[in-house]
Amino acid sequence: MAVIGMNGSGKSTLLKCLNGLLKPRSGIVMLDGKNLNKMKREEIAKHVGYVPQRYHEGDLTVFDAVLLGRKPHIYWSPSDYDFDVVNYALQAMEIERYALRPVRELSGGEIQRVMLARAIAQEPKVLLLDEPTSSLDLYHQIEVMNLLYMMAKDMGMAIIFSMHDINLALQFADRFLLLKEGKVYAYGGLEIITPQNIEDVFKVEVSLTQIGDHILVTPLLKSKNNFDFAESVNLGA
Amino acid sequence: MLDKPIVDSYKSYTRRRNRVFIVLILTLLLTSAISLSLGSSNMSLADLVSALLGNEESTNSTIIWHIRFPRIIGAVLAGWALAMSGVVLQCILHNPLASPYTLGISQGAAFGAALAITVIGFQPTEVNSAILNFLSLGTGFFAFLGASATTCVLLILSQKRKLSSEAIILSGVALSALASAGTMMIQYFASDIEVASIVFWTFGDVSRASWKDLSLVAIFLLPSFIYFMLNRWNMNAIMEGAEVAKTLGVNAEKMIKINIMLAALVTSLVVATFGVIGFIGLAAPHITRLLVGGDHRHLLPQSCITGALLLLVSDTIARNILSPVVLPVGIITSFMGAPLFLYMLMKGGNRKF
Repeated sequence: MAVIGMNGSGKSTLLKCLNGLLKPRSGIVMLDGKNLNKMKREEIAKHVGYVPQRYHEGDLTVFDAVLLGRKPHIYWSPSDYDFDVVNYALQAMEIERYALRPVRELSGGEIQRVMLARAIAQEPKVLLLDEPTSSLDLYHQIEVMNLLYMMAKDMGMAIIFSMHDINLALQFADRFLLLKEGKVYAYGGLEIITPQNIEDVFKVEVSLTQIGDHILVTPLLKSKNNFDFAESVNLGA
Repeated sequence: MLDKPIVDSYKSYTRRRNRVFIVLILTLLLTSAISLSLGSSNMSLADLVSALLGNEESTNSTIIWHIRFPRIIGAVLAGWALAMSGVVLQCILHNPLASPYTLGISQGAAFGAALAITVIGFQPTEVNSAILNFLSLGTGFFAFLGASATTCVLLILSQKRKLSSEAIILSGVALSALASAGTMMIQYFASDIEVASIVFWTFGDVSRASWKDLSLVAIFLLPSFIYFMLNRWNMNAIMEGAEVAKTLGVNAEKMIKINIMLAALVTSLVVATFGVIGFIGLAAPHITRLLVGGDHRHLLPQSCITGALLLLVSDTIARNILSPVVLPVGIITSFMGAPLFLYMLMKGGNRKF
């Protein structure tokens, strides 16, 4: 499921509520029929994985950082199974050759893949991703999203992600949640992706084009606020 | 079975880190033995062994059991505790500059001690020398209060006001300046004897602890160490940021609070017992980090050993370099530690994997 909306529309806040980092002011979050806010952190950690938008780059090596994702499942020391899962996650994110390097020496996109690998290693039932592709190049955007798509299909994992690239979201998500000013504007399948809805949410006129199987959203390059920079500078002087 | 080169190389990396640990422990044991045999009384190795085996009557036995042994244990405990606090503080504040000394915890303790010595009069005089044992405990208690006060301010700033880690370090610098100014003020108005005893106290010296003091330090040190070891994974998680830690099932806020308080408790106990010993809490974690990386499963125990080793080596040098004059170890730690630290930083800066 893709969460789509403007900056500050509440995408990250929603994801944090879904994972218990923030308590909703009204309403409750249910996970497998249980109230999430009544669950212990360790319990939530076994079921819900989360990759925030911003993260600290610790001194850990990549392998240790990903192994940390196994923490909710490890009692004393990691088992061979834990190592196998980490191995799989590293390979899936194509970062195995950096395994023994400190995370902070990597580039932004590589670090983002480390964080994704950690969430995958956590083997959650629900995976919450806050802009998982924001630092990735085109190739890795497609690779990562493909992999997540396969995981959702094969393992029945629910993946909820926020994303600014509507076209990428359109290709991989089957449900969409449009947020506007902290409220749900629309929720549903592809049918809610209409030029009218997108214009209402983003204040930008768009046209939809059908290319093969999927729909392409193209903004009509006309900003709503016709702010003339040169003019305003002249006025100031 | 699939071929897993990454897992294999990771396991060998772990083995390498464990080997460093073993080497550190062996070095510490060896240094203790050497330190035990060195001293101004020119004891032979045979005397040493016979004294160790319980030859109660000899002077050597007294020297070993009442002077050198407590001193070595003191150095190990103090180094251990300071390094441990350093690791913990650096982890939870996400700041490599954090240490008991840079956060002003040590200076707070020194101020407390100075206050006790002058205002309340816990200094040795002819009248009270009989109950001096009790009085030294009083000074220690005030040092503990001073350290706790500093820590409380830091805790309130970080928890209630949600200051960033940089701001916490800055407040630590401010607090330490405040405490030092307070100490200087007291010294300015104090009598000669009082000044001497404050200065002596702030020097930091591992020889002043009795077996009773040492066991007190150990009673608090060991449980905290076990607590931190049990939380070694959680500390890794906290280092990745509080949000990530929470998603991994760590109660981050509670853990940060407990960690700060334990670190302060252990530090103030060390400062109260041995005086101000700078630098170990900052240098030991960093030296260890260069050796084994930032994973707390390795970093924490190994830093403790490194800290103990650093302080023990410093103290052994302090006892022997100007023999028979015994220098306070605080001077040597900085004299020796600073260049070593700078050297390791330079070397580490060039290192590429």
